[in-house]
Amino acid sequence: MRKHELTITSNDEIAHRIYEMKLNGPGVKGMTTPGKFLHVSIGKHSSKLLRRPISICDVDFEKEEVTLLYRAHGDGTIQLSQKQNGERLDILGPLGNGFSVETTPKKKNALLVGGGIGVPPLYYLGKQLKDQGVNVTFVIGFHSRKDSFYVEKFSELGETAVTTVDGTLGTKGFVTDAMEPFMCTESMIYSVGPAVMLKAVEQKAAGLDGYLSLEERMGCGIGACFACVCPTESKESGYVKICSDGPVFKMGEVVL
Amino acid sequence: MSRLHVSLPGLNMKNPILPASGCFGFGKEYAKWYDLSVLGGITIKAATLEGRFGNPTPRVAETESGMLNAIGLQNPGVTKILENEIPHLEPYHIPILANIAGSTEEEYIEVTKQISAHPLVSAVELNISCPNVKEGGIQFGTHYQSAADLTRKVKEVSEKPVYVKLSPNVSDIVEMAIAVEDAGADGLSMINTLVGMKLDWRTGLPILANKTGGLSGPAIKPVAIRMIYEVSKRVSIPIIGMGGVATAEDVLEMMSAGASAVAVGTANFVNPYVCPEIIEKLPELLDQIGMEHISELIGRSTKEWKTPLSSR
Repeated sequence: MRKHELTITSNDEIAHRIYEMKLNGPGVKGMTTPGKFLHVSIGKHSSKLLRRPISICDVDFEKEEVTLLYRAHGDGTIQLSQKQNGERLDILGPLGNGFSVETTPKKKNALLVGGGIGVPPLYYLGKQLKDQGVNVTFVIGFHSRKDSFYVEKFSELGETAVTTVDGTLGTKGFVTDAMEPFMCTESMIYSVGPAVMLKAVEQKAAGLDGYLSLEERMGCGIGACFACVCPTESKESGYVKICSDGPVFKMGEVVL
Repeated sequence: MSRLHVSLPGLNMKNPILPASGCFGFGKEYAKWYDLSVLGGITIKAATLEGRFGNPTPRVAETESGMLNAIGLQNPGVTKILENEIPHLEPYHIPILANIAGSTEEEYIEVTKQISAHPLVSAVELNISCPNVKEGGIQFGTHYQSAADLTRKVKEVSEKPVYVKLSPNVSDIVEMAIAVEDAGADGLSMINTLVGMKLDWRTGLPILANKTGGLSGPAIKPVAIRMIYEVSKRVSIPIIGMGGVATAEDVLEMMSAGASAVAVGTANFVNPYVCPEIIEKLPELLDQIGMEHISELIGRSTKEWKTPLSSR
């Protein structure tokens, strides 16, 4: 298992309270799978003890650099947002099971649907799918224009539809309001976001194959503390642990 | 014997460090991070008679230097624990302290019978202090008479020594400790979590689905130290100390307060390697204070104090 220190090379606010942090170090080598997460310590001297699970947004293997996007929402992530270049972060990971790009049955089209701070891992996933020759389309949703990020970067990978709840950017409404035109029987669905959004996506995409990545407050991040469980009908135990069995699950596998 | 060796009823430990119940599952996950045989022992997650799913999520909330949890004793039930979990620990040759919970006296008794009979189980830890379940748990741990009655009944059927895990959510933990000692407890585990609550200032609503949870982590260490200090002066059975221990220095402090062994809980979530790191550092700290054997620490804090013989 992996615990390492990575050095911050940049940490910038790219949208309202959304930060893009780049971290550098040899530990980046193993971060090959999109959908996995890093369990990030705020620092030894913080009174915020628990690590923050943050999904891998992008990796540059040549530079040994990983990109994480996070929202400075509570005291811990606000402290993270104040970290300077050159500071080192204590990281566990990559943890969890991500999107297995190579082993999933090949479909010509992939529809990647994300909401809010659930959007970042879709960038790394989209890049890998595109590299494999899959035609990728994105539907990404935010609350408002000021909260939106990476729209151009996604557009470089494939057609990208944006929704905002207040209508200040793209289609007014939720991601599920913009999915329909991009869905066909040949589409594989990949979605990341809050449970309520995933549930709506699952309903909208009924009959299609796909994968969902769940968000939850975590403790240990390695499956020992039972903080982040989710009910399932597909296992005898009746539950899965999001951190170690997931965070990525097959659509329909868990009860949202 | 090594200078870290400690011996408690049923628990012959090469060092005084064991993970605390509920913070280490049944050891499988942490076994992927390091060789568990370095540990002095292991406390496994609470067992109930039938499997329990636990509370709805969110089950954890972070607080200043600590965290609240309301897992709700999720476990697969004693039969599956005996079949699928405990056997995995055999290769490590470390004492196993099996935590036991229930909703009724009968459930505690039945689980104790089954789990204490397992050859790999060294001792049982009676969980009468879980604040996160509606029935049982803390109900037994906050009334002296019910705690003593349950201890006596469990002791009658247990094939292994019985440690009673005390709740700090009582008006007088010393009276509780004395009551369970008189009822036959072989040792005490203390402290369990303190009941607490956290609200989201934006919505005004509790973060935890269970609304309240158990506070753990360094924030509660001073409470644990005080309680262990007071209880150890008044009982003669050994104490497994716990509550916010995160460093080797904390271990020395807790043993000085009166603990004979020390359990590490929340700190495992912060750093999965915390137990082996603490164990590795202990000899260096003993050197610093010129102490040969770790057991010399036990109860140092009370040495100038003369406990009146008539106090019981």
